[in-house]
Amino acid sequence: MLQLRDESAAEDAVQETLMAAIQGASGFAGQSSVRTWLIGILKHKVIDHLRRISREKPLTVATRPVEETDISDFDALFVADGHWAEAPCAWSNPDQSLQQSRFFEALERCLKGLPDATARAFMMREVMGIETDEICKELRISASNCWVMLYRARMSLRLCLEQTWFQGERE
Amino acid sequence: MRFNLNCKETSRLLSQGQDARLGLTERIALRLHLRVCDACTHFSAQLQFLRQAMQSWPGPEENPPE
Ligand SMILES: [Zn+2]
Repeated sequence: MLQLRDESAAEDAVQETLMAAIQGASGFAGQSSVRTWLIGILKHKVIDHLRRISREKPLTVATRPVEETDISDFDALFVADGHWAEAPCAWSNPDQSLQQSRFFEALERCLKGLPDATARAFMMREVMGIETDEICKELRISASNCWVMLYRARMSLRLCLEQTWFQGERE
Repeated sequence: MRFNLNCKETSRLLSQGQDARLGLTERIALRLHLRVCDACTHFSAQLQFLRQAMQSWPGPEENPPE
């Protein structure tokens, strides 16, 4: 276990360095081939990472991307005239939450509730900052479905965090 | 595209705005809606917070006991 932890810490360090490079640290800015190469590495890391967090979750029909791009199930979150059925609240002291490991546990539980391809697309976008067209290519989904998956992820996560953390028992 | 968005349309545009630069009309329509809608203003802040949270996320292996 110790070795695993060290390995993971080492990976994190590498990842951070690479991400800094990708996010436009000056030396790398013009070198698109280096950038492409780094993104290739990171994509695999993200996918491994996602496999680890979802390993206990049984596969369901919703793991097929085609099932995850249907937007009609979000209709329940809005009333007929397009207003929120339940209006999003102001989250108190969100920055403080980022200092708490319990917040990240809540976030992980919410992430685990996402369908696989949706979680994958969201992580690529938000953790790695990969552009949507590259995410679509990687996941083999159409560009028009890509934004639906990201929308789905954001709508689900914000609702989950609001219910389980910001209005829940955050202690 | 119309200028008077409802909340559902606004939420979709706000999400798309996290991934690509929106057109001028869309940006104006969003601004008009956000000026009068607290719920969507909260939603918008939450999307930005989600991004910040994902970037600060230490990853599933690291949950140091406190
Ligand atoms: Zn609204």
